[in-house]
Amino acid sequence: MELTDAVFVTRARSGDTEAYRVLVERHSRALFRLAFRMTGNEQDAEDVVQESFLRAYKQLSKFDERATFGTWLYRIATNYSLDLVRSRKRRQANLAPSDPEMDDPVLSLPSTDPTPERMTLSGEVRERVAEALKDLSPTERTAFILRHFEGMCIEEVSRVLECQPGAAKHSVFRAVQKLRRALEPLVSPAR
Amino acid sequence: MNHLSEEQLILHYYGEEGETLLAEQHLDHCEECRSLYSSLQRVLNVVDSLPLPQRGAEYGEQVWNRIESQLPVRRKFWNFPSPFRWAVAGTAIAGLLVAAFVAGRFYPAQQQSHRNTILANATTDPQAGERILLVAVGDYLERSQMVLVELANANPKSAMDITSEQERAADLVSESRLYRQTALHSGNTAVASVLDDLDRVLLEIAHSPSRLTPEDLEKLRDRLHAEGILFKIRVLGSNVRNQEEPAASTVPAKI
Repeated sequence: MELTDAVFVTRARSGDTEAYRVLVERHSRALFRLAFRMTGNEQDAEDVVQESFLRAYKQLSKFDERATFGTWLYRIATNYSLDLVRSRKRRQANLAPSDPEMDDPVLSLPSTDPTPERMTLSGEVRERVAEALKDLSPTERTAFILRHFEGMCIEEVSRVLECQPGAAKHSVFRAVQKLRRALEPLVSPAR
Repeated sequence: MNHLSEEQLILHYYGEEGETLLAEQHLDHCEECRSLYSSLQRVLNVVDSLPLPQRGAEYGEQVWNRIESQLPVRRKFWNFPSPFRWAVAGTAIAGLLVAAFVAGRFYPAQQQSHRNTILANATTDPQAGERILLVAVGDYLERSQMVLVELANANPKSAMDITSEQERAADLVSESRLYRQTALHSGNTAVASVLDDLDRVLLEIAHSPSRLTPEDLEKLRDRLHAEGILFKIRVLGSNVRNQEEPAASTVPAKI
Protein backbone atom coordinates (compact mmCIF):
# COMPACT_ATOMS: atom_id res chain seq x y z
CA MET A 1 0.00 0.00 0.00
CA GLU A 2 1.31 3.46 -0.93
CA LEU A 3 2.05 5.69 2.04
CA THR A 4 0.23 9.02 2.21
CA ASP A 5 1.83 12.45 1.82
CA ALA A 6 1.24 13.10 5.52
CA VAL A 7 3.66 10.30 6.45
CA PHE A 8 6.39 11.75 4.24
CA VAL A 9 5.74 15.28 5.48
CA THR A 10 6.25 14.12 9.08
CA ARG A 11 9.49 12.37 8.13
CA ALA A 12 10.71 15.35 6.11
CA ARG A 13 10.05 17.66 9.04
CA SER A 14 12.34 15.60 11.18
CA GLY A 15 15.13 15.97 8.62
CA ASP A 16 14.58 13.00 6.31
CA THR A 17 15.41 14.45 2.89
CA GLU A 18 14.61 11.16 1.14
CA ALA A 19 11.03 11.59 2.38
CA TYR A 20 10.92 15.04 0.85
CA ARG A 21 12.27 13.58 -2.37
CA VAL A 22 9.18 11.34 -2.54
CA LEU A 23 6.95 14.40 -2.18
CA VAL A 24 8.85 16.24 -4.91
CA GLU A 25 8.59 13.27 -7.26
CA ARG A 26 4.89 12.87 -6.56
CA HIS A 27 3.88 16.47 -7.12
CA SER A 28 6.31 17.86 -9.73
CA ARG A 29 4.31 17.17 -12.87
CA ALA A 30 1.04 18.50 -11.49
CA LEU A 31 2.82 21.55 -10.16
CA PHE A 32 4.41 22.19 -13.56
CA ARG A 33 1.02 22.02 -15.31
CA LEU A 34 -0.42 24.51 -12.83
CA ALA A 35 2.62 26.81 -13.05
CA PHE A 36 2.59 26.79 -16.85
CA ARG A 37 -1.07 27.70 -16.95
CA MET A 38 -0.55 30.43 -14.42
CA THR A 39 2.50 31.96 -16.09
CA GLY A 40 2.03 30.92 -19.72
CA ASN A 41 5.76 30.44 -20.02
CA GLU A 42 7.79 27.24 -19.81
CA GLN A 43 10.88 28.74 -18.22
CA ASP A 44 8.84 30.62 -15.62
CA ALA A 45 6.90 27.45 -14.90
CA GLU A 46 10.18 25.62 -14.22
CA ASP A 47 11.22 28.42 -11.86
CA VAL A 48 7.88 28.23 -10.07
CA VAL A 49 8.18 24.46 -9.58
CA GLN A 50 11.70 24.71 -8.22
CA GLU A 51 11.08 27.72 -5.99
CA SER A 52 7.80 26.32 -4.65
CA PHE A 53 9.46 23.11 -3.48
CA LEU A 54 12.30 25.09 -1.88
CA ARG A 55 9.88 27.44 -0.11
CA ALA A 56 7.70 24.55 1.01
CA TYR A 57 10.72 22.79 2.49
CA LYS A 58 11.81 25.90 4.38
CA GLN A 59 8.29 26.39 5.71
CA LEU A 60 7.56 22.76 6.58
CA SER A 61 7.54 23.67 10.27
CA LYS A 62 4.59 25.97 9.59
CA PHE A 63 2.58 23.37 7.68
CA ASP A 64 -0.65 22.51 9.46
CA GLU A 65 -0.81 18.72 9.39
CA ARG A 66 -4.58 18.78 9.19
CA ALA A 67 -4.25 20.34 5.73
CA THR A 68 -3.37 18.53 2.52
CA PHE A 69 0.23 18.87 1.41
CA GLY A 70 -0.80 19.20 -2.25
CA THR A 71 -3.22 22.04 -1.53
CA TRP A 72 -0.63 23.83 0.56
CA LEU A 73 1.96 23.42 -2.18
CA TYR A 74 -0.50 24.74 -4.79
CA ARG A 75 -1.06 27.80 -2.62
CA ILE A 76 2.66 28.48 -2.49
CA ALA A 77 2.96 27.93 -6.25
CA THR A 78 -0.01 30.14 -7.20
CA ASN A 79 1.24 32.99 -5.01
CA TYR A 80 4.71 32.74 -6.47
CA SER A 81 3.34 32.48 -10.04
CA LEU A 82 1.30 35.64 -9.57
CA ASP A 83 4.33 37.48 -8.18
CA LEU A 84 6.42 36.29 -11.11
CA VAL A 85 3.87 37.31 -13.72
CA ARG A 86 3.50 40.75 -12.15
CA SER A 87 7.22 41.39 -11.93
CA ARG A 88 7.72 40.20 -15.52
CA LYS A 89 4.94 42.48 -16.71
CA ARG A 90 6.58 45.41 -14.96
CA ARG A 91 9.97 44.52 -16.46
CA GLN A 92 8.55 44.15 -19.95
CA ALA A 93 6.59 47.38 -19.64
CA ASN A 94 9.88 49.13 -18.97
CA LEU A 95 11.73 47.37 -21.77
CA ALA A 96 9.18 47.31 -24.58
CA PRO A 97 6.07 49.25 -23.68
CA SER A 98 4.95 49.45 -27.29
CA ASP A 99 4.82 45.71 -27.90
CA PRO A 100 1.45 44.38 -26.77
CA GLU A 101 2.48 40.76 -27.38
CA MET A 102 5.23 41.07 -24.82
CA ASP A 103 2.92 42.59 -22.25
CA ASP A 104 1.16 39.36 -21.50
CA PRO A 105 2.75 36.13 -20.36
CA VAL A 106 -0.08 34.06 -21.76
CA LEU A 107 0.26 35.66 -25.18
CA SER A 108 3.97 35.10 -25.19
CA LEU A 109 3.72 31.32 -25.15
CA PRO A 110 6.97 29.74 -26.28
CA SER A 111 7.06 29.44 -30.03
CA THR A 112 8.52 26.04 -30.75
CA ASP A 113 7.93 23.93 -33.86
CA PRO A 114 4.28 23.29 -34.59
CA THR A 115 2.86 20.41 -32.59
CA PRO A 116 -0.52 18.81 -33.35
CA GLU A 117 -2.07 20.75 -30.45
CA ARG A 118 -0.56 23.98 -31.63
CA MET A 119 -1.85 23.33 -35.14
CA THR A 120 -5.40 22.74 -33.92
CA LEU A 121 -5.49 25.98 -32.02
CA SER A 122 -3.55 28.57 -33.86
CA GLY A 123 -3.59 32.16 -34.93
CA GLU A 124 -6.62 34.21 -34.06
CA VAL A 125 -8.32 31.65 -31.82
CA ARG A 126 -5.23 31.15 -29.66
CA GLU A 127 -4.72 34.86 -29.29
CA ARG A 128 -8.34 35.43 -28.38
CA VAL A 129 -8.28 32.68 -25.76
CA ALA A 130 -5.06 34.08 -24.33
CA GLU A 131 -6.49 37.59 -24.35
CA ALA A 132 -9.65 36.41 -22.59
CA LEU A 133 -7.61 34.64 -19.91
CA LYS A 134 -5.50 37.75 -19.51
CA ASP A 135 -8.59 39.86 -18.85
CA LEU A 136 -9.47 37.78 -15.80
CA SER A 137 -8.41 39.15 -12.44
CA PRO A 138 -5.62 37.17 -10.72
CA THR A 139 -8.16 35.57 -8.37
CA GLU A 140 -10.50 34.65 -11.20
CA ARG A 141 -7.70 33.24 -13.30
CA THR A 142 -6.38 31.17 -10.41
CA ALA A 143 -9.84 29.92 -9.45
CA PHE A 144 -10.63 29.03 -13.05
CA ILE A 145 -7.34 27.21 -13.63
CA LEU A 146 -7.73 25.20 -10.43
CA ARG A 147 -11.36 24.28 -11.17
CA HIS A 148 -11.23 23.83 -14.90
CA PHE A 149 -7.78 22.44 -15.62
CA GLU A 150 -6.81 20.91 -12.30
CA GLY A 151 -10.27 19.53 -11.60
CA MET A 152 -10.35 20.76 -7.98
CA CYS A 153 -13.76 21.05 -6.36
CA ILE A 154 -14.89 24.47 -5.13
CA GLU A 155 -14.00 23.55 -1.55
CA GLU A 156 -10.39 22.79 -2.55
CA VAL A 157 -10.17 25.92 -4.68
CA SER A 158 -11.26 27.99 -1.67
CA ARG A 159 -8.53 26.40 0.45
CA VAL A 160 -5.86 27.31 -2.10
CA LEU A 161 -7.22 30.85 -2.43
CA GLU A 162 -7.71 31.12 1.34
CA CYS A 163 -11.26 32.39 0.97
CA GLN A 164 -14.79 31.16 1.66
CA PRO A 165 -16.20 28.52 -0.75
CA GLY A 166 -18.87 31.03 -1.80
CA ALA A 167 -16.23 33.53 -2.87
CA ALA A 168 -14.29 30.82 -4.73
CA LYS A 169 -17.46 29.73 -6.51
CA HIS A 170 -18.17 33.31 -7.57
CA SER A 171 -14.63 33.72 -8.86
CA VAL A 172 -15.15 30.64 -11.05
CA PHE A 173 -18.54 31.97 -12.21
CA ARG A 174 -17.12 35.35 -13.08
CA ALA A 175 -14.21 33.76 -14.92
CA VAL A 176 -16.46 31.51 -17.01
CA GLN A 177 -18.88 34.34 -17.71
CA LYS A 178 -16.08 36.59 -18.91
CA LEU A 179 -14.58 33.83 -21.05
CA ARG A 180 -17.94 33.08 -22.51
CA ARG A 181 -18.63 36.69 -23.41
CA ALA A 182 -15.22 37.00 -25.01
CA LEU A 183 -15.10 33.69 -26.88
CA GLU A 184 -18.68 32.91 -27.80
CA PRO A 185 -18.55 34.76 -31.14
CA LEU A 186 -15.55 32.63 -31.98
CA VAL A 187 -17.24 29.29 -31.45
CA SER A 188 -20.82 29.96 -32.50
CA PRO A 189 -22.00 27.43 -35.11
CA ALA A 190 -22.72 30.21 -37.63
CA ARG A 191 -19.01 31.02 -37.79
CA MET B 1 -41.08 26.78 -17.04
CA ASN B 2 -38.09 28.26 -15.20
CA HIS B 3 -34.96 28.10 -17.27
CA LEU B 4 -31.59 27.19 -15.81
CA SER B 5 -29.44 30.14 -14.81
CA GLU B 6 -25.94 30.59 -16.21
CA GLU B 7 -24.58 29.68 -12.78
CA GLN B 8 -26.58 26.43 -12.77
CA LEU B 9 -25.27 25.59 -16.22
CA ILE B 10 -21.70 26.20 -15.06
CA LEU B 11 -22.25 24.06 -11.95
CA HIS B 12 -23.72 21.34 -14.13
CA TYR B 13 -20.76 21.50 -16.51
CA TYR B 14 -18.38 20.95 -13.60
CA GLY B 15 -20.61 18.36 -11.96
CA GLU B 16 -20.77 20.43 -8.76
CA GLU B 17 -23.39 20.04 -6.04
CA GLY B 18 -26.59 18.07 -6.25
CA GLU B 19 -28.05 20.03 -9.14
CA THR B 20 -26.77 17.74 -11.84
CA LEU B 21 -29.76 15.43 -12.05
CA LEU B 22 -32.22 18.31 -12.02
CA ALA B 23 -30.26 20.18 -14.66
CA GLU B 24 -29.97 17.06 -16.79
CA GLN B 25 -33.71 16.49 -16.70
CA HIS B 26 -34.34 20.11 -17.60
CA LEU B 27 -31.85 20.03 -20.45
CA ASP B 28 -33.57 16.95 -21.89
CA HIS B 29 -36.72 18.95 -22.37
CA CYS B 30 -35.64 22.56 -22.91
CA GLU B 31 -34.14 23.41 -26.24
CA GLU B 32 -33.25 26.96 -25.22
CA CYS B 33 -31.20 25.85 -22.22
CA ARG B 34 -29.67 23.02 -24.26
CA SER B 35 -28.49 25.53 -26.80
CA LEU B 36 -26.99 27.76 -24.09
CA TYR B 37 -25.31 24.74 -22.52
CA SER B 38 -23.85 23.65 -25.87
CA SER B 39 -22.44 27.12 -26.34
CA LEU B 40 -20.86 26.99 -22.88
CA GLN B 41 -19.33 23.60 -23.70
CA ARG B 42 -17.90 24.89 -26.98
CA VAL B 43 -16.30 27.86 -25.24
CA LEU B 44 -14.73 25.73 -22.54
CA ASN B 45 -13.57 23.17 -25.09
CA VAL B 46 -11.70 25.89 -26.94
CA VAL B 47 -10.03 26.95 -23.69
CA ASP B 48 -9.10 23.31 -23.15
CA SER B 49 -7.18 23.16 -26.38
CA LEU B 50 -4.48 25.65 -25.35
CA PRO B 51 -1.16 23.83 -25.76
CA LEU B 52 0.52 22.44 -22.67
CA PRO B 53 4.14 21.24 -22.73
CA GLN B 54 4.43 17.68 -21.48
CA ARG B 55 6.73 16.40 -18.76
CA GLY B 56 7.64 12.72 -18.55
CA ALA B 57 7.67 10.33 -15.60
CA GLU B 58 11.32 11.21 -14.87
CA TYR B 59 10.48 14.89 -14.38
CA GLY B 60 10.12 14.58 -10.61
CA GLU B 61 13.62 13.17 -10.37
CA GLN B 62 14.99 16.00 -12.52
CA VAL B 63 13.36 18.58 -10.24
CA TRP B 64 14.81 16.82 -7.21
CA ASN B 65 18.30 16.87 -8.73
CA ARG B 66 18.00 20.60 -9.28
CA ILE B 67 16.86 21.47 -5.76
CA GLU B 68 18.58 18.88 -3.57
CA SER B 69 21.79 20.86 -3.10
CA GLN B 70 19.82 24.01 -2.25
CA LEU B 71 17.78 22.51 0.58
CA PRO B 72 18.74 23.90 3.98
CA VAL B 73 20.06 21.33 6.44
CA ARG B 74 17.42 20.11 8.87
CA ARG B 75 18.96 18.30 11.86
CA LYS B 76 17.49 14.93 12.64
CA PHE B 77 16.50 14.99 16.28
CA TRP B 78 16.66 11.22 16.71
CA ASN B 79 20.19 11.13 15.31
CA PHE B 80 21.55 12.99 18.33
CA PRO B 81 23.47 10.87 20.87
CA SER B 82 21.16 9.08 23.26
CA PRO B 83 21.93 11.01 26.52
CA PHE B 84 21.46 14.32 24.75
CA ARG B 85 18.20 13.10 23.19
CA TRP B 86 16.78 12.20 26.58
CA ALA B 87 17.94 15.49 28.06
CA VAL B 88 16.13 17.42 25.33
CA ALA B 89 13.00 15.29 25.68
CA GLY B 90 13.04 15.72 29.46
CA THR B 91 13.44 19.48 29.19
CA ALA B 92 10.61 19.65 26.66
CA ILE B 93 8.26 17.67 28.90
CA ALA B 94 9.16 19.82 31.90
CA GLY B 95 8.54 22.92 29.81
CA LEU B 96 5.15 21.63 28.76
CA LEU B 97 4.19 20.93 32.37
CA VAL B 98 5.21 24.44 33.43
CA ALA B 99 3.32 25.94 30.48
CA ALA B 100 0.21 23.89 31.33
CA PHE B 101 0.43 25.01 34.96
CA VAL B 102 0.84 28.67 34.01
CA ALA B 103 -2.02 28.44 31.51
CA GLY B 104 -4.30 26.86 34.10
CA ARG B 105 -3.27 29.42 36.71
CA PHE B 106 -3.84 32.50 34.59
CA TYR B 107 -6.64 31.61 32.17
CA PRO B 108 -10.26 30.87 32.97
CA ALA B 109 -11.35 27.32 32.35
CA GLN B 110 -13.76 28.13 29.56
CA GLN B 111 -12.68 27.78 25.97
CA GLN B 112 -10.71 30.72 24.61
CA SER B 113 -10.46 31.74 21.03
CA HIS B 114 -7.18 31.50 19.18
CA ARG B 115 -7.02 35.29 18.87
CA ASN B 116 -7.58 35.92 22.55
CA THR B 117 -4.81 33.47 23.29
CA ILE B 118 -2.46 35.50 21.13
CA LEU B 119 -3.31 38.64 23.06
CA ALA B 120 -3.15 36.88 26.42
CA ASN B 121 0.24 35.33 25.66
CA ALA B 122 1.57 38.64 24.42
CA THR B 123 0.56 40.49 27.55
CA THR B 124 1.65 37.85 30.09
CA ASP B 125 4.94 36.95 28.47
CA PRO B 126 6.32 39.77 26.32
CA GLN B 127 8.90 37.57 24.58
CA ALA B 128 6.48 34.80 23.70
CA GLY B 129 3.94 37.44 22.73
CA GLU B 130 6.43 39.09 20.41
CA ARG B 131 7.14 35.76 18.67
CA ILE B 132 3.48 34.86 18.31
CA LEU B 133 2.70 38.35 17.07
CA LEU B 134 5.42 38.11 14.42
CA VAL B 135 4.12 34.83 13.05
CA ALA B 136 0.51 36.04 13.01
CA VAL B 137 1.37 39.44 11.54
CA GLY B 138 3.58 37.88 8.84
CA ASP B 139 0.69 35.74 7.66
CA TYR B 140 -1.73 38.65 7.94
CA LEU B 141 0.52 40.94 5.89
CA GLU B 142 0.90 38.35 3.14
CA ARG B 143 -2.85 38.01 2.79
CA SER B 144 -3.38 41.78 2.86
CA GLN B 145 -0.71 42.25 0.23
CA MET B 146 -2.44 39.74 -2.05
CA VAL B 147 -5.69 41.73 -1.92
CA LEU B 148 -4.00 45.07 -2.55
CA VAL B 149 -1.77 43.77 -5.33
CA GLU B 150 -4.75 42.23 -7.12
CA LEU B 151 -6.50 45.59 -7.10
CA ALA B 152 -3.37 47.54 -7.98
CA ASN B 153 -2.72 45.28 -10.98
CA ALA B 154 -6.29 45.09 -12.25
CA ASN B 155 -6.85 45.80 -15.92
CA PRO B 156 -6.94 49.62 -16.10
CA LYS B 157 -9.30 49.63 -19.08
CA SER B 158 -12.25 47.70 -17.72
CA ALA B 159 -14.54 47.76 -14.70
CA MET B 160 -13.91 45.13 -12.05
CA ASP B 161 -16.16 43.21 -9.67
CA ILE B 162 -14.33 43.23 -6.35
CA THR B 163 -16.81 41.25 -4.24
CA SER B 164 -14.32 38.56 -3.28
CA GLU B 165 -11.58 41.13 -2.54
CA GLN B 166 -14.07 43.02 -0.34
CA GLU B 167 -14.94 39.89 1.61
CA ARG B 168 -11.27 39.23 2.22
CA ALA B 169 -10.64 42.89 3.15
CA ALA B 170 -13.49 42.77 5.68
CA ASP B 171 -12.08 39.58 7.23
CA LEU B 172 -8.65 41.16 7.43
CA VAL B 173 -10.01 44.29 9.10
CA SER B 174 -11.70 42.24 11.80
CA GLU B 175 -8.38 40.44 12.44
CA SER B 176 -6.21 43.53 12.44
CA ARG B 177 -7.70 45.08 15.57
CA LEU B 178 -6.30 42.30 17.68
CA TYR B 179 -2.85 42.49 16.10
CA ARG B 180 -2.75 46.27 16.58
CA GLN B 181 -3.70 45.94 20.24
CA THR B 182 -1.14 43.17 20.70
CA ALA B 183 1.55 45.24 19.00
CA LEU B 184 0.76 48.23 21.22
CA HIS B 185 0.76 46.06 24.36
CA SER B 186 4.16 44.68 23.49
CA GLY B 187 5.46 48.20 22.71
CA ASN B 188 5.85 47.53 18.97
CA THR B 189 4.61 50.89 17.74
CA ALA B 190 6.12 50.58 14.25
CA VAL B 191 4.05 47.44 13.56
CA ALA B 192 0.96 49.08 15.08
CA SER B 193 1.39 52.14 12.89
CA VAL B 194 1.63 50.17 9.62
CA LEU B 195 -1.33 48.03 10.66
CA ASP B 196 -3.26 51.23 11.32
CA ASP B 197 -2.56 52.57 7.82
CA LEU B 198 -3.38 49.21 6.28
CA ASP B 199 -6.61 49.02 8.24
CA ARG B 200 -7.84 52.32 6.79
CA VAL B 201 -7.18 51.17 3.22
CA LEU B 202 -8.82 47.78 3.78
CA LEU B 203 -11.85 49.43 5.37
CA GLU B 204 -12.20 51.68 2.37
CA ILE B 205 -12.06 48.67 0.03
CA ALA B 206 -14.54 46.70 2.14
CA HIS B 207 -17.03 49.56 1.99
CA SER B 208 -16.61 50.58 -1.66
CA PRO B 209 -19.20 49.67 -4.28
CA SER B 210 -18.62 46.05 -5.34
CA ARG B 211 -18.11 47.08 -8.95
CA LEU B 212 -15.31 49.54 -9.54
CA THR B 213 -15.09 51.58 -12.73
CA PRO B 214 -11.69 52.14 -14.34
CA GLU B 215 -11.73 55.63 -12.75
CA ASP B 216 -12.41 54.16 -9.29
CA LEU B 217 -9.57 51.71 -9.78
CA GLU B 218 -7.29 54.51 -10.86
CA LYS B 219 -8.16 56.49 -7.73
CA LEU B 220 -7.51 53.48 -5.56
CA ARG B 221 -4.17 52.87 -7.25
CA ASP B 222 -3.23 56.52 -6.73
CA ARG B 223 -4.17 56.25 -3.08
CA LEU B 224 -2.08 53.09 -2.61
CA HIS B 225 0.80 54.75 -4.40
CA ALA B 226 0.54 58.03 -2.46
CA GLU B 227 0.48 56.30 0.90
CA GLY B 228 3.19 53.87 -0.09
CA ILE B 229 1.19 51.23 1.71
CA LEU B 230 2.40 48.30 -0.40
CA PHE B 231 5.98 49.36 0.17
CA LYS B 232 5.40 49.60 3.92
CA ILE B 233 3.79 46.14 3.96
CA ARG B 234 6.70 44.62 2.04
CA VAL B 235 9.29 46.20 4.33
CA LEU B 236 7.44 45.19 7.48
CA GLY B 237 6.74 41.72 6.06
CA SER B 238 10.41 41.26 5.30
CA ASN B 239 11.42 42.42 8.81
CA VAL B 240 8.86 40.15 10.37
CA ARG B 241 10.04 37.16 8.37
CA ASN B 242 13.65 37.81 9.37
CA GLN B 243 12.77 38.03 13.05
CA GLU B 244 10.32 35.17 12.83
CA GLU B 245 12.85 32.65 11.49
CA PRO B 246 14.63 31.82 14.76
CA ALA B 247 11.29 31.50 16.52
CA ALA B 248 9.70 29.27 13.91
CA SER B 249 10.64 26.05 15.60
CA THR B 250 9.06 27.04 18.90
CA VAL B 251 5.84 28.74 17.83
CA PRO B 252 2.94 26.93 16.18
CA ALA B 253 1.88 28.79 13.09
CA LYS B 254 -1.14 28.78 10.89
CA ILE B 255 -0.81 28.08 7.17
